[in-house]
Order: sequence, then structure tokens, then C-alpha cells
Amino acid sequence: MIQEEKIDKSRRDFLRTAAVATVVTAACGSAVCSCSSKNTTVTEKVRLLSPDGEIVEIDSAYLNHQEHMAIVSKLEARQGIAGKRFVMVVDLALCKNARKCITACQKWHYRPEDTEWLTVKLMKDSEKAAPYWFPKQCFHCDNPPCVKVCPVDATFKRQDGLVLIDNERCIGCKFCMAACPYSTRVFNWDEPEMPFSVQNLEYSPETGIPAKVGTVEKCDFCPDRAREGLLPPCVEACPNGVFYFGDENEDTVTNGSETVSFSQLIKDRAAYRFLEELGTKPRVYYLPPKDRQFPVERGYENLPDNLKARFKDIMEPGK
Amino acid sequence: MELNSYQQEAFNYQRPNIEKFGKKNWMWTIFFLLWIAVGGYALYLQIAKGHSVTGMRDNVVWGLFIVNFIFFIGLSYAGAIISGLLHLFHVPWGKPIIRLAQIMTVVSVIVGPIFILLCIGRLDRLHHLFIYPRLQSPMTWDVLAILTYLVGSVLFLYMALIKDFAVYRDAKLNIPKWRQKLYKILAIGYRGGASQKRHLIISQNLLAIIIIPLSIMVSSILSWVFGMTLRPGWHSTIFGPYFVLGALYSGTGVLIVAMWGYRKMYNLKDYFTDKHFKNLGYCMMVLAAGYGYFTFSEYFTSWFGSAKWDSDVINKLFNTAEYGWWTFGANVLGILLPILIVALPQTRKPKWITLAAFLMVFALWVKRYLIIVPTLETPALPMQDIRMEYVKYTATWPEWALTFAGIATFLLCFTLFSKFVTVVPVSDLEDSNQVTKSEAKTEVEKR
Repeated sequence: MIQEEKIDKSRRDFLRTAAVATVVTAACGSAVCSCSSKNTTVTEKVRLLSPDGEIVEIDSAYLNHQEHMAIVSKLEARQGIAGKRFVMVVDLALCKNARKCITACQKWHYRPEDTEWLTVKLMKDSEKAAPYWFPKQCFHCDNPPCVKVCPVDATFKRQDGLVLIDNERCIGCKFCMAACPYSTRVFNWDEPEMPFSVQNLEYSPETGIPAKVGTVEKCDFCPDRAREGLLPPCVEACPNGVFYFGDENEDTVTNGSETVSFSQLIKDRAAYRFLEELGTKPRVYYLPPKDRQFPVERGYENLPDNLKARFKDIMEPGK
Repeated sequence: MELNSYQQEAFNYQRPNIEKFGKKNWMWTIFFLLWIAVGGYALYLQIAKGHSVTGMRDNVVWGLFIVNFIFFIGLSYAGAIISGLLHLFHVPWGKPIIRLAQIMTVVSVIVGPIFILLCIGRLDRLHHLFIYPRLQSPMTWDVLAILTYLVGSVLFLYMALIKDFAVYRDAKLNIPKWRQKLYKILAIGYRGGASQKRHLIISQNLLAIIIIPLSIMVSSILSWVFGMTLRPGWHSTIFGPYFVLGALYSGTGVLIVAMWGYRKMYNLKDYFTDKHFKNLGYCMMVLAAGYGYFTFSEYFTSWFGSAKWDSDVINKLFNTAEYGWWTFGANVLGILLPILIVALPQTRKPKWITLAAFLMVFALWVKRYLIIVPTLETPALPMQDIRMEYVKYTATWPEWALTFAGIATFLLCFTLFSKFVTVVPVSDLEDSNQVTKSEAKTEVEKR
């Protein structure tokens, strides 16, 4: 009996690890969603449960990392990562509209080209002001107008500061989209096209995969990656280190190459929050575009025509 | 059920209307059903292909459906308030039109919510509203309010019908057995005894007292779905009363048009008299002034304050290249014209008042469109989108088809109702020529 219990326990332990890493032979280990970033030379043995129900010991080098796995329960996904307060700082002086963040985001979340959870606007605050590039994710407000109006608790605020959506509960009334003053949210007007490999993944509000028709979705700050200690793809992909992502409780943010004190950064660089007067208390801070590293044209000249058209009014007025 | 001679006469006059379903009725019914069928096909497309068949997109997330929703629900509130007031204050001339107002209340509170359902992306998850309700959301308030209101207005209509059902039951109408049986059941054994009379009157009075504040609440809650957001053109403290007044106003218009329609169709000149048109016309005029005042306050404060985001919406509304002509037309037809027509004695005739009411109702529908769409087309951040359908909302044919299907459903229900019950209630009718003031007074005292 005792032994059985032990096995039971190890089985449970296994299931927990298996959630993060699955055996290559497991059914969903397809090439598309797996990445081989965890190819280590250290030969560590891992005990796993084979499909036949036997416990086998395998060299960890043979394990393949499985992304977008719902590694936490629905309840945990609603509560958030204990002890964290995620925060982002965007350095407007560094952005040249390279759009690497956008494509990385779309790739990670399997979103089509015209669905931009993260977008880069060209802002021109007043007639004579100089235009500047303005990347915008979800602000994960501390007083989120979208959460207030959701009739079914499908979008919710977590203790780690994130605002997420449960697309298995969303009824698609779009009230949150009307309520969000930042046009952050996106609706699946059609059946979303998802690669076969992720269509049948178990859904979690933390991964947002697979997307569902008739529901709302948006930038989620990639909490599934945060759980693994990884930065969101937009932060990683940015060639200029525009995005600093981190934890307010630890008072550190990083853009991948440098890690700085959050409070010091927003103090030194006079950070502000977008449309502060609306009282939504965003968790994204902007560093004003002072001493810019690139002329604004740099982000415009090399764009394809269809993207150029978006900014024509400002960049080529009168044309 | 005993009727006095005047009531008996009214009943005999209307008797053929509920006994026969004539050729004309069939034609109309089939016509309406055809429209509904077209709407059904559009709905099928919307469900099969997704909401991309509508003109709604990520910026303008709500379109015609919500406009229709506000419009019909507004009619309903008006019907409840009008019938409630007419009942409570024993307005003698109001007796013949109470039923019309009550039918309007019930029919539009059934048709209205259909439109909000059309707007919902996942109809299969509708039950989530009840298993995961969140009380913070104005949408939840709306669901609760409308359901309460639906029950209230159906009861109010039914209470007022009981006496008439008893009349139909006892009249040996030339109708199929099932209908006779139905009348018998619906009359719930009402014979007109003193105790029955008393109970019925108390219940009706109570319901009238409940339904008036209820419809004001429900109407305000509807406005708060918009007012509680941070958007310019919506986020306004006067939105509650503005919607209440708009609802009352458009409902009065529809009541006038319905009165005219039935008067023509069933030749009810003796019951829907010129006096009714005149009196409702006066109501319409006062409401027009009030509505105009609210509209003016709303535009004027936004424009004068000229905060950037507010101005963006105001500029859209008044720029003739965008919604300028619509704004102009809706306010002329919706506010000035009715005042003018009722104010001038030469045009204070049923025909003209009805025309003004009809145009006003249309203008108020446009007003709702102008409340919803331009605001959604004006987000805080620049759209910078080159997909035209994302920048500017244009309703697609399925949306129009469903809109017309909704109107057809409304009219069909009205038609069918008028074949099931007499449009002019008979058992409560008073000969307005004979009721002198003193008599009316003693009757009020007795109650």
C-alpha cells in the first residue's frame, strides 16, 4: 500500500513535470509547435511515464520543449502568479517602427498578419509637435474599464496585475471592446485559422490558444512564458530594446540586454502613462521620446506600401 | 360579463374584427412572414459564416442591431409609461388607447432583445449570463431589468385583458372551439362580481404604480450601457434622462401612427377620435421640446467645452462630409417639425399629426444611429488602419434584412393581436360624451 502510494505520488509529480515537458513520442509532439531550444549537453536523467503506463528513465536531451501548454489550472490562471506585479516600460526614444515586435507577437500567438494585438501607431500630439512612433500593447490597467463591464467574468484582473480573457466563457457581446478607451481588443469575426498542431491544445487563458470564433482576444503579456522565466516575444524581438518588462514588486525591468531598476528608470526618464486622465491606471509606462536614436522617417521609408498608407497623412501631408 | 349599452355597441362594432381573418389580413401576414424569412436566411448566414457578414468590425463593434435594440426597447418603455399614467389618472379619453399602448409595450419588449441577441458572438453561451453573472456590469443590470420588465408588462397587459376575455367568452363568438376554450381559460372565471372587480382594480393599480418607475429605471439602465463607458458622446450624466425622454417621445409617435393605422384598417373613427390625435399631438409637442432641450444641452456642452476627444465626435456629427446632413435632418424632422405641425391650428389634424409622428419616429431611429456609430468611429488613439470597413461602418445587407425582419415581426404581432383581442378595450370603455366632470370626480373618490 505504502509503495503504491509512493508510486502514485511520483506519478502526480510526473504529470506536473510532463506538463512543462512532454516526451517526443507523445501525441502532440509535432514539429511546428516544438522548439529545440532546450538542447543541452548535460545528460540528466528524467523519469517519465510511458504511454504503456511504465515508468522509464530517459536522457533529458531527448526531451522536446512543448510550448503553449496549459500548465496551470483554470483557477490558477484566474488568480495569477503569486507575488508578482508585472509592469512594462516602453522607451519611445528608441522605437523606429521596425515592426519586429508585431511579427514576433503574431508568430507566437499564431495570429494572422492583420490582427495586431501589439501595434505601432504614429503619434503627433499637436499641430507643430514632432511625430513619434508609439508601440501599444494592452495596458493591463489597474482600474480596467473592460473588466468592469464584462457581464460574465470572462475578462478578469489577476493579482499579478494582468488582465486576461477566458475565451471559453466569453459570450462575444463586445461590451469590453466598446469600454476599452485604447482600442486594444480584437474580435474573431470569422473562424480563426490555427495551424493543425495547436488546434487541439488544451485552452488556457494564459496561452490564449486556440483562438475561438465569436470571442474577444488581446495582448496578454504572455504569462505562460513568464511562468517559465521567459520574456514576451515582443520584448525579445525588438532590435532596439524598446520594451522593458518586469516585476514591480522586485522593482526590476529588463529589455533583454540590460536590467534596470523600475522605479529609477521611470524617475530618471520622466515616465508617463497614456491618457492618465481617464483614471484607468495602466501598467504600461512610456518614456518620452527625448534624444531620439532614430529620425522618425526611418520607420516609414522602408515600409511596404500598404503599411505606408497608414501613416501617409502625417508623414506626407498634402500628398 | 355585463356591458352597458355603449360598451355593447363598441363590442358589436369590433366583433367581426376578431371573428374573421380576412383576405387582407392574410396578405399582410404572408408579406410580413416573407420578410421574416429573408431575415431568417440572413441570420443563418451570420451564424454559419460568423459575424464577418455584418458591417461591424473592431472599431465599430456595435451597429444596426444595437440601434434597433434601443429603438424597440424605447417604444416599449413609452407604451408602459403612457398606459400606466392613463390608467392611474383615470383619463377618460385615454380608455380606448390604453390597449394599443400596452400591446406596443409587450410586442416591442419581445422584438427589441432579439436584436441584442443578434449582436452576440456566441449565442451558444447565452446561459453564461445566468451561471456566471457579474453584477458590476451594466449588461447584467440590463438583462435583469429587461426580464423583470417583460414579466411586468405582460402581466399589466393581461390584467387589463381579463375583463375583455370574459366578454369574448360569453359572447358566443363565431370562432373555432380552441379559441373559445382559450378565451375561457384566459378569463380565469371572471364574472364581474364585486370582490373580483375590487381585486382586479387593486392589482391593476399596483402594477401601474410598479411599471412606471420600472420603465424609467430600465430605460436609464439601457442608457448606462453606453453612459458608463469613457467614450465621448456616450459618457454623459444626462444620458439616463435623455434616453427616458427619447423613449417616451418616439413611443408617442408610434402610438399615433398605430392609432391612425387601426382607424383606417378597422374604421374606428368613433373611438380613435380627432381628439385623441390632438391630445397625443400635444404630448408629442411637449416631449419634442424636452427632447430638443436635451439634445441641445448634449451637443452644446461638448462643443463649448471642446475637449479634444469630445470635439472629434462633434466634428463628425456636424461635418457635412460625414454625418452633418443626417444630424441636421434628424433634428429638423425629429424635433422642429412635430412642434410646428401641432402648434399650427391649420395642421393640427390627424393626417398631419400622423405624418409628423411617422417622420419623427424615423428621425429618432436615425438619432440612435448617430449616438452609436460616430462615437465608435472615434477612438482615442488614431485608427491608422487602411481597411476601410474597419474605419467606417457600413451596414451590410444581412443587417438590413434582419432590421426589416424585426420591423415585420413587430407589425405581424400587432396584426395578430388585433385579430385576437379588440383593439379598443370594450369592458372599460366610457362614453366620453356622457361622462360629465362631476361623475368622473365621484368615481375617483369612490375608488
